[in-house]
Amino acid sequence: MKLTEVLRVAGEGIARNKLRALLTMLGVIIGVAAVIIMIAISAGTEATITENIQNLGTNLLFVSQSMGPQQAPSRTSGMNETILTYDDAQAIQSSISGISGVVVERDITELVKYGSTSVDSVSIIGTTPSYPEVRDVSLASGRFLTQNDIDKSAKVAVLGYTTAQTLFGNADPLGEKIVVGEVRVTVVGVMGKKGVVGNTDYDSRIYIPLTLVFEKFTFSPFARVQGDQVGTVLVQVTDLKNMNNVITQIQILLAKRHETTVANLPFTVRTQEDIITTQESTTAAFRELLAWVAAVSLVVGGIGIMNIMLVSVTERTREIGIRQATGATPGDVRGQFLTEALLLSLTGGLIGVIAGVGGAWLFERIGDMRTVVVPSSILLAFASAAIVGIFFGFYPANKAAQLDPIEALRHE
Amino acid sequence: MSDSTIIDLNQITKIYQMGDIKVTALDGVNLTVYEGEFLAIMGPSGSGKSTLMNILGCLDRPTNGTYLLAGEDVSRMNREQLARIRNQKIGFIFQSYNLLTQATAIQNVLMPVVYRRNGRISNQERLKMAHNALISVGLMDRDRHKPTEMSGGQQQRVAIARALINSPALILADEPTGNLDSHSGAEIMEILQNLHTQGRTIVMITHDAKNSAYAERTLHLNDGKIDEGMAAKDLPEMAMAGGAA
Repeated sequence: MKLTEVLRVAGEGIARNKLRALLTMLGVIIGVAAVIIMIAISAGTEATITENIQNLGTNLLFVSQSMGPQQAPSRTSGMNETILTYDDAQAIQSSISGISGVVVERDITELVKYGSTSVDSVSIIGTTPSYPEVRDVSLASGRFLTQNDIDKSAKVAVLGYTTAQTLFGNADPLGEKIVVGEVRVTVVGVMGKKGVVGNTDYDSRIYIPLTLVFEKFTFSPFARVQGDQVGTVLVQVTDLKNMNNVITQIQILLAKRHETTVANLPFTVRTQEDIITTQESTTAAFRELLAWVAAVSLVVGGIGIMNIMLVSVTERTREIGIRQATGATPGDVRGQFLTEALLLSLTGGLIGVIAGVGGAWLFERIGDMRTVVVPSSILLAFASAAIVGIFFGFYPANKAAQLDPIEALRHE
Repeated sequence: MSDSTIIDLNQITKIYQMGDIKVTALDGVNLTVYEGEFLAIMGPSGSGKSTLMNILGCLDRPTNGTYLLAGEDVSRMNREQLARIRNQKIGFIFQSYNLLTQATAIQNVLMPVVYRRNGRISNQERLKMAHNALISVGLMDRDRHKPTEMSGGQQQRVAIARALINSPALILADEPTGNLDSHSGAEIMEILQNLHTQGRTIVMITHDAKNSAYAERTLHLNDGKIDEGMAAKDLPEMAMAGGAA
């Protein structure tokens, strides 16, 4: 039997029952579309994260408190031994070579008021003057914090783009006074648009001098414990090749200052790459989970195909008998039903690919979700559909091939 | 065995195992059919007619004995070999036509060509073959019709065209007029007789004495054995009795 004939006979078999064929394919369609959409969404998210982290600024090192048993400050061994402080940052700036900037961040959350408008839980960042250069953000108007502001703990603030919009609308916020917590500060600048990076919305923040946080926003009973504790020290490295050297220098410096060894250092020094890798491993785990969900739905789709093929074999027993009487060998019959199953699953796969790509597009347009259709996911989904068709089509096809022609001809 | 022997059955036995009981459907049948013969096999129900038909048609294998079809021993062939033999050497005509209801007359007629192994035949050639086969049964204008749009007599003629298309050595007809009124039945028998005069070898199983009258030779099957002494033309009332049983 020629291939074209095998296809024709199988196609006729399917065309005879179009609605049933469509319903049978539904499982595969949904499975394949799900694979493509899910992978597109996770790839889109991953791409956004990677881009954003790269947009944070280049050649950055992140020094922060380690998460672990050493995090809790020990009261007996002196306050500053395990806490990252502003002094540490200044020490890094003054004694490490090969760096072009150090920025310190300490974030708190406060209620912010202007006139009758108030916004709860605003992220307030206490920071230092080189923040815009190191973080690669720009000012929309006014100025950023200066060394003078830091030295004097000046009551000034720079608003994130969205914060300025929320509090002032279209009015010019420069020179206006806002209340952060219980402190009145003067707006001296507004940042340009930056967007959401990771989980942080840069535009809905307020920047104030780091020293102002130490003075006014550290809850007094802990003031002595927390003192000039900072969240993150960002170090900009001049030359990317020098990265590892700088990391080692910082680790040795911090170990010396905190009277410990590099191995026991309660701080981590990470590169952006480390952060991206962490993010990627998270999305990879997520993606793996999605792959399993998709695999299950494909298997369910395959069982649907097997089910309908078994019904089809029973229904068409007489046809099988007639074909056998006119010379169809067991192989011909098996081939016919296997081709039908494969045709069903591949057509389903094809519709699924179209639905998946279209669905990913819709998610982007309507769901405002970034999606990246990964070509290999299309291939993967399509190949799985084919494998499902062969695997679940084989049993019914074999059953048809094993029919006794006499019995089959007698079948009503 | 001469070259012109189409069927040579030698001591064919068929035993069915029904649970603990063995049922002997054919009990040492010997039969020779020569090329160009038109043979009718008659017998009451339970006589083993269907079993004989299935074995002659290579749909089933005998328990014992040998069956030479056009010189080839088919009694020990496997399912695949039997399918090839059916395709090349046998054309079936069934009581209930056994056409694919969703397929057109042409598609039905061409089915044995689809399963043919030897030689490629172009689509154009195929259509010509089908057309010729339909003409030979007097159905030249119904080729695009489906069986549901045809009368029983027309359907059976499509089935005959299908049986002819691969030019088989043997045409096997199983109660070809069983589902037809007497007029259509007579037409079908005339077609068969016509084929016979063209030199085709036909074996027909029937219980209708009117049909066996068209045949050259009639054999009677009883309890799985061929009644040697009886020839249908001599004993039409016996044939009637057999048919009524």
